[in-house]
Amino acid sequence: MKRRRFIRNVAPAGFMVPSFVQGIGFRAFDTGHTFLNQVLLPTGDNDRVLVIVQLNGGNDGLNTVIPIDNYSKYVNARKNIFIEESKILKLRGHERVGLHPAMTGMQQLFNEDKLHIVQSVGYAQPNFSHFRATDIWMSASDSKQVLNSGWLGRFLDEAYPGFPAGYPNVNMPDPLAIQIGSVASLTLQGPIQPMGMSISNPSSFYNLVNNIESPAPNTLAGMELSFIRETSRQTQKFSEVIKAANAKVIVQNPYPTGNTLADQLKIVARLIKGGLKTKIYMVNYGGFDTHANQVESGNNGSGTHARLLGNVSSAIKAFMDDLVYLGIDDRVLGMTFSEFGRRILSNASRGTDHGAAAPLFIFGSRVQGGISGSNPIIPTNAGVGDNIPFQYDFRSVYASILSNWLCVDDGMLNTVLLKNFQNLPLTKLGTCSVLKPVGDPENLLVVYPNPFHKLIAIQFKTIGGHTLLQVLDGAGRLVKIVYDKEVAEGTYRIDFDGEHLPPGIYYVRLQNQLIQQVKSILKV
Amino acid sequence: MDNVRPLQWAPSLQAYSGQWDDASARHLLRRTHFGVKLAELKTVKELGLTATLDILLNDQLAQPLPPIKEYNPTNATVPDLLIAGGQTWVNDPTTDGTINSLRRSSFKKWWVGQMLNQQISLREKMTLFLHNHFATESVDIGNAQFLYKHHSLLRKNALGNFKNLVKEITTDPAMLVYLNGQNNNKTAPDENFAREIQELFVIGKGKGAGFNEADVKAAARVLTGWRNNAAEIKSFFDPNRHDVNDKQFSEFYKSKKIVGKTGADAGSNELDELIGMLFETDEVALYLCRRIYVWFIHYQITPEIEEAIIVPLAQVFRQNNYEIKPVLRLLLGSQHFFDLMNRGCQIKSPVDMLIGMLREMEVKFPADTQYTNQYGLWNQLVNYLTNMQQNIGDPPDVSGWKAYYQEPGYYKFWINTDTLPKRIQYLDTLVAIGYTFGGFKMVVDGTSWIKLFPNPSDPNSLVEALCVHLLGVDISASHKAQLKTDILLAGQAQDYYWTDAWELFIGTPSNMANTKHVSTAVTNLIKYLVDLPEYQLC
Repeated sequence: MKRRRFIRNVAPAGFMVPSFVQGIGFRAFDTGHTFLNQVLLPTGDNDRVLVIVQLNGGNDGLNTVIPIDNYSKYVNARKNIFIEESKILKLRGHERVGLHPAMTGMQQLFNEDKLHIVQSVGYAQPNFSHFRATDIWMSASDSKQVLNSGWLGRFLDEAYPGFPAGYPNVNMPDPLAIQIGSVASLTLQGPIQPMGMSISNPSSFYNLVNNIESPAPNTLAGMELSFIRETSRQTQKFSEVIKAANAKVIVQNPYPTGNTLADQLKIVARLIKGGLKTKIYMVNYGGFDTHANQVESGNNGSGTHARLLGNVSSAIKAFMDDLVYLGIDDRVLGMTFSEFGRRILSNASRGTDHGAAAPLFIFGSRVQGGISGSNPIIPTNAGVGDNIPFQYDFRSVYASILSNWLCVDDGMLNTVLLKNFQNLPLTKLGTCSVLKPVGDPENLLVVYPNPFHKLIAIQFKTIGGHTLLQVLDGAGRLVKIVYDKEVAEGTYRIDFDGEHLPPGIYYVRLQNQLIQQVKSILKV
Repeated sequence: MDNVRPLQWAPSLQAYSGQWDDASARHLLRRTHFGVKLAELKTVKELGLTATLDILLNDQLAQPLPPIKEYNPTNATVPDLLIAGGQTWVNDPTTDGTINSLRRSSFKKWWVGQMLNQQISLREKMTLFLHNHFATESVDIGNAQFLYKHHSLLRKNALGNFKNLVKEITTDPAMLVYLNGQNNNKTAPDENFAREIQELFVIGKGKGAGFNEADVKAAARVLTGWRNNAAEIKSFFDPNRHDVNDKQFSEFYKSKKIVGKTGADAGSNELDELIGMLFETDEVALYLCRRIYVWFIHYQITPEIEEAIIVPLAQVFRQNNYEIKPVLRLLLGSQHFFDLMNRGCQIKSPVDMLIGMLREMEVKFPADTQYTNQYGLWNQLVNYLTNMQQNIGDPPDVSGWKAYYQEPGYYKFWINTDTLPKRIQYLDTLVAIGYTFGGFKMVVDGTSWIKLFPNPSDPNSLVEALCVHLLGVDISASHKAQLKTDILLAGQAQDYYWTDAWELFIGTPSNMANTKHVSTAVTNLIKYLVDLPEYQLC
């Protein structure tokens, strides 16, 4: 088969990993497993796992991670839904950023350096349709690009070439990915076929009979028939290993009840501990499309959104505690995502309409705690269409996880994500490769005159390498790529002609390797 | 695997001129109903294609009686004691949460009942099509009276005028709740419905769909002011909440400006203009015809199919001022519909699978007079459907079920490692064990059913007939031979082994040992066939 590359080697430095017998390479970690150890260990504990928590409906980022330094503007934009300042949960070492009061579990994780917040994650030309936006996030496409495979589906297809032919095998006896629930996600869709397995109850599988097969005809019907047969085969192959893994774990740390996200994460913890070598788990939790009654009248700290965030927070906290209890917390990294954030301005029905960029969470014992990015800029008089511009492309988050957690090499990374993206320090140093943590951001971007009418000068400082300058409008749409070059370290200036633009708020975004900054500019 | 069609194949909307044989008639019935009964096949075969299409498209069929009170309201805060058991609740406005929840559930059971009792008509399949198209979730609607009213609107327009339906849907109370139209007012427009009417209901997301965010905002302002009156189970227009400014649309809508209006009729007048503007675009008919194509034929719309089927079909849709019937008549009577390449290529939806199976195997249900048991069994079917991911009345979201829009898998979304075992499990249960409610058992009576086939005493003929009737794709002769030997002949070589047993069963059913033997063999045969992947196709 094509593509045998897995995963870059890191320890010891410079040690090359050969392509292995069954086409599966190995990666070595800094957690004491040497390359040889991995060869000798037939099952599990040396494998990293990624857990994706999808928050369906578009989570309101501004009421999740609250910009305390912009508090009065925040209140002004959200007169009927703002969270009282005294109720906002404080984050250790970050007095300008706070969490929604329902998120005490996440607060605790943050203060223990087990939670990383990435601010304003999104992409240029945000799409406001749930369905299209979800596809964009799951397929890791550009806004206007339609991809029919998912980012993790492509990863798994690269990492386990030829799947499902030849699987299960000695190196991968288990499903590559498991989706908790009865629906298959685009995220796990490979270029040709689904790479994941859906299960809702790991303790019971209805036994499928192995029937004789008549040849599938060369028609559309034959194509669908082959698919059903393959699903049947996979179900038969994997149901026993899942049942066995599930049965191995008898005692778990407690989870909250009446919380479907917690129910799902509990299964995930059990399957990981039970010894599955499965790389990816997906869970989801819905109801975030809060157009109306997002908060309770007269008590903005409670209501629908509070209940949702409270459940997310307590489920993730319980999951983390359980992973520690089961002794597998070093192997698991989690991330949340939602198809978009919501509008800066709240609507009259105590809700918020579809928006653009929003924060997301990375959690795990090996996470590099802290916050990437700064608080979103909130205009003094936000209009109905105003959105939070993105600071980080969502694919930078994916790239960082693939590269620094799943230890994917650069060549494969390009195949999976189709382009180069910034690498962010989301995980602890040395998980795969060394990344310099970003210190306090220096002011790298100076704009003048501001407000401007025609020309505005953009002065920027780059550490060298690829440097990108974009101008976005108030709704987060890309107006122009002003600069997109490989340059030497230094300070540069470029003039942007905005005469043709309608008056209003715009944003200049600088991206240079790990660094990015956003400045608002006002066209008059 | 993208295109498995042979090259010489050319899609065409020309009237089907091939033979009107059992296979063609069965194909038409499978795609237009949930499962096919032998008697229906016989009727349609005798009628011929044209007369069959007349019956399928007859929109004068009487509407069914509404759902009834079959629940026990004693846990409600305000029980609906004035409504007697067995009487309908649909006109009784209640705001009690428990009662509404019981009624929503009553509605879903009733709907399953309608599908089970369908006649030869496109109405049920089109009602479900429209539910998937204008997808709403009953839990979000909450109010059961709104829910039923909404459903009736779809049902009445299942073979009606699409443009009129869109207009009515826009101010339908359930839709006003579901997509927040009732909260949409001039001070803070709520864009939810304005977005979905363009993106999902009317214009779609095809290549030619060029509406933008400003159009969403402008449409939201046109639609400001509509509210609901739960006591009268209807919506109304409140001019004080209406945005009276002009609404400017983009070039995609030929830069249409809807002049802001005041007064009691402002909402309705501006809505007319909005609907008129939307339906002026070519995209509406193209989008709807693609949706219909995916529903009735297959999801692979190649450039040739777009050109030869979708474009002319859309033309007909426009020429007929968006009447649905001419489009269906043309498509379902076409060469392309009956093309051998398009047969058996749909993965059954859970409704197709479950309701179809119960219908085609003539499973009996309690009479209307025993409504508690009747609704009780229907409820179990709602549960089965839900577990297989087709919770009727509650699709996953406003875009409906993924099987009808999500690239690249479409129908494949119904089948995964979780749902496939469930499908098989439920089929096996209904064939072999049954499900009991109130002493009434819902189960396939295999021996009674196969008596309806022409020659059940001949094991070759029986296996062949069952395969033809049940499977979307035929199995090989050797496979059939093995089935016959293993199941009907119990490993023996001679056909008379079965023939004798069957004739003894017919002549002397009191011979319990033989009767048991025969009925077990029949059950095993049916169970084997429905467990085949080929049974998942239609």
